[in-house]
Order: sequence, then structure tokens, then C-alpha cells
Amino acid sequence: MSAQAKTVRITYREAMRQAIREALQRDPRVFLMGEDVGKYGGCYAVSKGLLEEFGPERIRDTPLSESAFVGAGIGAAMGGMRPIVEIMTVNFSLLALDQIVNNAATILYMSGGQFNIPLVIRMTTGAGRQLAAQHSHSLEGWYAHIPGLKILTPATLEDARGMLWTALEDPDPVLIFENGALYNMEGEMAADAGAVDIDKAAIRRPGTDISLMTYGGTLGKTLEAAAELARAGVNAEVVDLRTLRPLDDATILDSVTRTHRALIVDEGWRSGSISAEISARIMERAFYELDAPVARVCSAEVPIPYAKHLEDAALPQVPAIVEAARAMVGEHG
Amino acid sequence: MMAATADFPRHPSREHALFLMREMLRIRRFEEKCAELYSAAKIRGFLHLYIGEEAVAVGAIHALEPDDAIVATYREHGHALARGIPAASIMAELYGKQEGCSRGRGGSMHIFDAATHFHGGNAIVGGGLPIAVGLALAEKMRAEPRVTACFFGEGAVAEGEFHECMNLAALWKLPVVFFCENNLYAMGTALKRSESETDLCLKATSYEMPAWPVDGMDVLACEEAARRAVLAVRSGEGPCFVEFRTYRFRAHSMYDPQLYRTKEEIEEWKKRDPIVLFEAFLRGQSLFNDDDSKRLEDEVAAELKKAVEFAEAGTWEPVEELAKFVYSERKPG
Amino acid sequence: MPALGADMEAGTVLQWLVKPGDAVKRGDIVAVVDTEKATIEVEIFQSGVVEKIVVPEGEKVPVGEVLAIIRADGEAAAPPPAEKPKPAAAPPSPRPAARPPAPPPTGEQAPAPPATKAAAVAPSVEKPKAPPPPARPEHPRLRISPLAMRVALELGVDVSKVKGTGLDGAITRADVERAAKAAAPTPAKVAAPEAAPKPAPVTPPVEAPKAPAPPKPAVSPAERQAMMRKAIAAAMGRSKREIPHYYLSTEIDMSRAMEWLRAGNLKRPVTERLLYAVMLLKAVALAVREVPEMNGFFVEGAFKRSEEIHVGVAISLRTGGLVAPAIHDVDKKSLSEIMVNLRDLVKRVRAGVLRSSEIADATITVTSLGEEGVETVFGIIYPPQVALVGFGKIVERPWAAGGMVGARPVISATLSADHRVSDGHRGALFLAAIARILQEPEKL
Repeated sequence: MSAQAKTVRITYREAMRQAIREALQRDPRVFLMGEDVGKYGGCYAVSKGLLEEFGPERIRDTPLSESAFVGAGIGAAMGGMRPIVEIMTVNFSLLALDQIVNNAATILYMSGGQFNIPLVIRMTTGAGRQLAAQHSHSLEGWYAHIPGLKILTPATLEDARGMLWTALEDPDPVLIFENGALYNMEGEMAADAGAVDIDKAAIRRPGTDISLMTYGGTLGKTLEAAAELARAGVNAEVVDLRTLRPLDDATILDSVTRTHRALIVDEGWRSGSISAEISARIMERAFYELDAPVARVCSAEVPIPYAKHLEDAALPQVPAIVEAARAMVGEHG
Repeated sequence: MMAATADFPRHPSREHALFLMREMLRIRRFEEKCAELYSAAKIRGFLHLYIGEEAVAVGAIHALEPDDAIVATYREHGHALARGIPAASIMAELYGKQEGCSRGRGGSMHIFDAATHFHGGNAIVGGGLPIAVGLALAEKMRAEPRVTACFFGEGAVAEGEFHECMNLAALWKLPVVFFCENNLYAMGTALKRSESETDLCLKATSYEMPAWPVDGMDVLACEEAARRAVLAVRSGEGPCFVEFRTYRFRAHSMYDPQLYRTKEEIEEWKKRDPIVLFEAFLRGQSLFNDDDSKRLEDEVAAELKKAVEFAEAGTWEPVEELAKFVYSERKPG
Repeated sequence: MPALGADMEAGTVLQWLVKPGDAVKRGDIVAVVDTEKATIEVEIFQSGVVEKIVVPEGEKVPVGEVLAIIRADGEAAAPPPAEKPKPAAAPPSPRPAARPPAPPPTGEQAPAPPATKAAAVAPSVEKPKAPPPPARPEHPRLRISPLAMRVALELGVDVSKVKGTGLDGAITRADVERAAKAAAPTPAKVAAPEAAPKPAPVTPPVEAPKAPAPPKPAVSPAERQAMMRKAIAAAMGRSKREIPHYYLSTEIDMSRAMEWLRAGNLKRPVTERLLYAVMLLKAVALAVREVPEMNGFFVEGAFKRSEEIHVGVAISLRTGGLVAPAIHDVDKKSLSEIMVNLRDLVKRVRAGVLRSSEIADATITVTSLGEEGVETVFGIIYPPQVALVGFGKIVERPWAAGGMVGARPVISATLSADHRVSDGHRGALFLAAIARILQEPEKL
């Protein structure tokens, strides 16, 4: 970034709030609905202050009725509004699974293209805050299984700021997964940051020896691992997937074709996961480019525990990423 | 607080009487034809017939304005016909032809029609309620004087979504009218075997929502009850709940051995066949004669014949279009 | 037998509630049927008189079978076929055909139609199968990355001698490249076909035992076929990825050649008669002498011309797949010798006994799909070769010469060539040379 470019110091939480505020200002059809988004200011304080600014019609506190208010979001979207539905955590979204999977994802198709659902659902995902097994899971990979949905995982300030507007302009249901560990992330962002694309992966760090593929909450750890690998003489490329459905195959395969090694870092469990899917696609389409088997660093296959040392042990950490990458690169890089 | 019942005379004009009769006959003959075509394997999948319940759809839907939205169940041929979706378009859908209202993507359980604001047959019991709430929310936020009619069976009251939606609709005073079709059996489970409280209206009133039952075999009573409810909802008083006490004469799906009810019970109810009842009533009022009967039957038969011919002549959607409408073809932005 | 549920395929008639002669009306229950799920009453959709019970009680029949014949009201009791049993209509066949398979993983597709594509492929020597399969069971499976294997084939490195430094000792690309450097091949040696980087150490999918066939490895025909398919896929995928193909086509008047052949064959014993294919092979070989950049290998980023002219002949296998073994020194052999070689080769290909030199030595490949009725073949070059000539079938065409139009036997000759090595101009000269040579059959 050039020295004279005007930047602001901002947190991920504030970037997301700016995005919501801008959407409410730009489009009268947009409203925010969810549990404690209004008076309370949002469970994670993302929507703090918005009720005062936009009033209770557009910042709607809902009862604890995930199925009803997510479904109401679907109906309102069909009825011409542009709802942003907030679900407190991905674990709670399971109470609305019927509406998301059986309705939001199917109605356009079942109706032969007559009714599209321009709905955005935001929810917190991920662990790392000692919230134990009913507030810490990473189930975005599950949702990425469903045709008809689009799955976004903003990992940077710019994406927190810019993905929402593009998602609202999308004619189909978009789920945005905000890793809870990112809300306090602070950094410099261009003062005029705005909408970003939602269909391309991004190379966050170019490299030549190995591609580290990740998204959301593990991007920071993966970049750290890449820096450590660089000190050991391994030049790692870091790919931020950004969108889990549809996956940007072109960027993934292009990266592997250049580095010939792929390591996927995913806070989700490995069995039947998005990391498994990416690995399979690399095998299917870039097998003869591989100089080592595709490898993964994922969460341990346990419900995420409360105690700090156990939780840390369950999640992908920098040393594990470094170790896996070095093993793949071998003695000679 | 309801509009006076005196607004709805028990003595319809001859024109209106013939209209109601004709609409019920259209549904009856259409469904009989469906049973026949199912046996001939022209129609496949699950097929839920509306025979016996015609008075409900005809009475309720003709209380609505053309701009009002409808959310229906998987037993929705009757609603679709009463709403004015062409019989040919529905029949083609049952055939799976691309000329069908949902391009053959939905079949019997998923009839959609944007032109008549028919937001689908929903095949998840209770799954349509949140959508209806959302459609009503959109109308309310845009201050449109429209209502949304939500049909569901008595089986849905056991679902959590029913209670979430009763509460949310009443809490937000949304313009939605809940039309509960109580045909006494959720598939094969009798109401009294699944509910601790079998008075459905009591459940609705516990959410501070006006609710009343009506004889679902009496088309005039159905129409009157629906008009009262729609009028109240449109005036901004919030949602209403109407319980139509009706009975399906045929099996749950196309065929089942009906182990859960006796033949005597079915025969008893058939004495209250809505078409037979209405005809007898009209003849008593000298509003209907043999010529009328013949003329209506001929008209309905002609329409049905055309519908079947249209479906037979229909075409299969090319397999190349399999993935069409998983996502909208319109790009964001 | 009516369809009584979404998953019903057949039903058993438990009981008939009517008998021949009974009057029935629409909606009546006429029989009880047992399905996998339940016992169900069958209703009739037509009024009339039961004429005949076709399926007796206790019998199980599939959905769509005629159960009984009903004579419609007012209809004469006539030969049964006149009236249709009700629930008989055959199910529609809307079941959409399986979706066409996704494009092959490499993302590259040959431009030729499927039939011709396969035949244009050259043999089997390419690639995958890191370790030679079951033929040498005493060797554990070689640990080598797919990329390293590919590079080894390109550089002609014998991977069995390379030390792996990758994960768990696997051979990586870097290991192969180091081995290639250490071997330091002299350019002169590489130029000679013997030293040419034959994709050697890999067992070709078509077994190529050196001597009398050793005990057959336990590979089933299906497995072998799958292996061959993979080998073809790898070789062709690589070809289309790496070789910038260009294609030229011309039509050749075969009247002189065919006339000469016919006359010559009349004088030969039946067993020694020539096929016109040998003339094509010889013509290609002679044309190569004039345009040598069609003959040789592209390795290590450069073209290595071959002095010898070994023509690979694409031969399809009865079980699917194909190989393109070489006939050596075609330019120096007589047509009769080439004919003998060709017969022998076809016989041995079908028997599965090729020599490894035949598998790896071809310096250019010829494919002909004329027998299958194809008129034009656009083939894929078999790497590391740089050219492939395709011939279609001989067809009669109007042909103008000297202001006169007449019907002549004409064959289409197509060149697929490597643009890194030659340009269209040289390719055109090459095709012209083939055409010219075929006008003087007596000199072949």
C-alpha cells in the first residue's frame, strides 16, 4: 500500500458494522433481523448503535425462534425485501436448518426459476474463545455441501467491509460466516474500502514451494506459519479461499500447478469436510502436478472442549501447519 | 371486533352459487383424473388428493384479492386450481413436463406460480409457515395493503415452527391469515393421538390471535369465515387463525391401506360431501337444476380433457438444463 | 397392475371381488392387491362388464400388466384386444438419460471425434504406473510423486536408481532433476534413437516381454484395459497440454497407386498380396527424408532429429485401446518387406507380444481409420514424437485435371505436427511430398 493512501485503523467488528450501516443507508429494502441485534447491540456487538440510528422497524429483535425468523427472512426476500438475518452462532443455525436447506436452497429450482431468494444470513462460527461444544463449531463446510447456497468466509478487514454489499446484490441466498476470533482483529484499512467480489479466492502471500489453502479464522495462523517457513527457506504461498461455495477451482488449481504441493488448513473437522472436497478436486484435476500427497491440518475430531489447553490442542495451530508443510517439502525444498 | 356476519348472507346470488359449485367440481374432477393417471403411471412420485376438502380451498381463496400471496401445502392442487393457475399448467407439472407451472421441477407437491402469487406447495409439514410470515413482514414493512394466506394441516400444529410463527406473527402484528385445514389425520396419526390439547383454536388464541372454527364441508361457511378473517387482517389488526373442520375421503397419499380409520367413519363423512351438500342446498333454494348440473359437468370435463391433452403433448426439459436454476441466471450488480 | 405407490414395482393379486359377467362402475373396488408395503384395494376407473380375469389370485405381476378386461358399457362383447384394460399404460420414459460425463480431469479434449481420437493415439509406453505392475512383484511399490514421474519420463531418468528426499522418502521432482543433471547425457548420444529418451522403465500396459512370455502376471483383462486407458489418457493429456499442434490436410489422387497395386497383386500369390496401407507407410517414410523435422523427438526443450525412420502404426485392440508399434527403417524396405512386418505386427499386437524396441522406437506415427469408414483423421501426436500422419478411407470423388472432370479414388491425408519444431510451410511441403510420391507407385 502506498504511503500516501488514506487508511483508517479499524477492527473486523467495526468493518462489519460499517458494511451493515452502509447497506441500510443505500437500500431501503435492507433490514437486519435476529436475536438481540437491537437493544442489546448484537451478541458480538456488531450491530451496536444501529437500532438508535435506523429504528426498530429495520433493526428487528426477534424471539428465540431461529426457524421462524430465518424462514421469515426467506419470505420477506421473496416479497421484495433484502433482509440480513443474523444468527448468533452457527450452532444455533441448526434450529433453522429446515428453512435454509429445504426452502432457501430449493425454491428457485423447485419453482422452475420463478422465485429467487435474495437473502443474506450472517452467523458467527469457530472456536478459540473457550465457549465449549455448543458455541464453537465450524460448520460452514456443511453448508457448502448444499447446492443453491453461496458460502462466504471473510477473513480480512476488507472482506468484512466489502462482502456484505455484494452478497445483498446477489439474487440468491448467501451465508456469511464470521469467525468469532476475528471480531477484535485490528488493522489498517483503506478509508474508502467498499464492495468486493465474492467469487474469487485470493493469494494472500505469493510463494513457489507449497500452497497453503485456508479461509476465515485460520488465515492469520496460516500467514504466520508461512512467515516461519520463509525463515526456514521454504517459500509458501497462502491462498485465502474466501468463498466455500462455489469454490474458485481455477485459483486453487493454478496455485497447485505452480507450487506442486497443497496443504489445506481448516478449523472444521476433516471427515467429510470442505478440506476433503478441495483435496479431492486437486487429485481429480491436478494429480500429475503433485510432488507430494495433498495434506490437511484440521481440528481434532472432538466436540470442542472448554479448558484452554484442550481447546488449543483441538484446533489447527501454527506449529502444526509449519511441521506439515516442512514434511511435504522434504529435505531439498 | 370482527366484521358483522350479516355482511355475508347465507343466500348467495345464483351467479355466485354456480361459480362456487363450478370451482368445487373443477377440483373434484381434476383429482379423480389424477388418481386414474397415477394408476396408469402417467403421474409418479407422491400424489396427495384433495377430494373431500374442496369447500375449504374454494371458500378461502375466493375471499382473497388477486394481489394477496398464498403459501400452501403438499396437498395443494385444489388451492392452485382455485387460485386460477390453469389446469393444463398444473397437469403438465404432474406429468413432469417443462410446460408445467414449475417446469416439471416440482411435481405434485411443489406447484409454484409467480403470476398468481402462489408461493408454492411446501412438502415439509410446517415449513411454509415461516415463509408466509416473511411475506407478510415484507408487505407490512412496505405498507402494502396485502395479506398472505397460509394453508397448513392440523398435523403442523405439533411442529415447533407452528408455535414460533404464531408468536412472531402476533408479536409483530403481521398481515397473515392462518388457514388450518383440520382433516383429523396427519398421514395416519389421528389428532387425538398426537395432541394433548385437541382444540386448535385454543392454541392460536394463546398467542393473542383471534381464532375460530368453521364447518369445512360447507362452502358458504368457509367463504364467510375466510372473508371475516381476511378483512380483519387487512385492516391491520394482525393475524387471524381459522380452523376448517374437514375430511379427506381418500388415502393420505395416492394409496394406503387406511388402517388408521374405519370404512364406517369414511362413509359417515361422505354423507357430508361438500359438493353434495351444496347442491342439495342450492336445489332447495331453487338456484340449481339438472341443466345446471349437466352444463357445469360438461364445462369441467372439457377443461380437464384439454388439460390432459396439453400435458400429454408436453415435452421433457432437456437434460442439458439439469443444473439450470440452482442459481439465478441474473448476475449480481 | 396399477401403480399404487411411488416405490411399487409389482404386486400380488390377493383376491378378486368381481367375476366375469359382473357389472362394475367407475370407482368400484374390484380387487385386493398385496404390495411390499401393504394390502391395497384396487379401484376401477371405467364402468362396464368384467369380461375376463387375466391374472388369477395369488399371482405376482409387475406394474402395468393387464389384470382383467372390462367391456365398456354399450360395447359389444368382442375379441378382448378391442377393449383396453384400464391400468395398463406403460410408464413414460421420462427418466432423463444420465448426464453426459464431465470433461476429463485434464480439461483438455482432443479435437477429433471420439472414434478417430482413439486411433490417433500412439502406444502405451507413456507414463503412470510408477512401479512396474505385478510383473515384478518382488519390488515394493515405488514412492514417487506423480509430478516426479512425469518429469522422469520427459528427461529419460530411470527412477529406480533415484534416491527420494520427499515425504517418507518419496522421489520428488527435484530428485529427478538432480539425477538427470548427474547423468549428463552427451548431445550426440541423445540424437541417436537408441539413446533417445524412450519412456523406458515403465512397463507398457500392453505387456512386452523380452523373450518367451514369462508366467502371466495376475492382471485381468479388465485391469489391463483400465491400465491401458490410463496410459493413453496420460500420454494424450500430456500431448495436448504440452504440444502446440497444428493440423494440415490434403486430398491425394490414388488412381495411379491403386491401379498399380491392383495390377501388381494379380501377379502375386494370394498370401503375398499387398494392402494399399503399405504404400502409404512407405510414402510417409520417403517424404520424411525430404522434410526431416517431422521425424524424431522433442526432449529437454529441443528437437532431436532421428536419422532412422521408424514408422509407428496405430493398431487398435479388440478389447479397446490401441498401441502404435514401430516398423523399423521403413524407408529402406521394399513394399513386400513392409507388408510382412505389418502382418506380423498386427498378429503380435493382438496376441499381446510386442518387443520393447517396437514399443518405444517409432520416430513418427501413421494412423488410418479408413477401414472404419472415416474420411479424415485429426490425430494427437504421441510424445515425444513431433508428427503424426492420418489417412482416411479411399473414396470416389469428382476430380478435375487438365480441364476434365472425372471420378477418381481419393484419400485424405492429414498432418498433426508440433509447432515448436516445424511450421505450416514445412508441413505443407511434407504433405505435398507424400502426395507426389504416391503418384509414382512404381518407385516405392
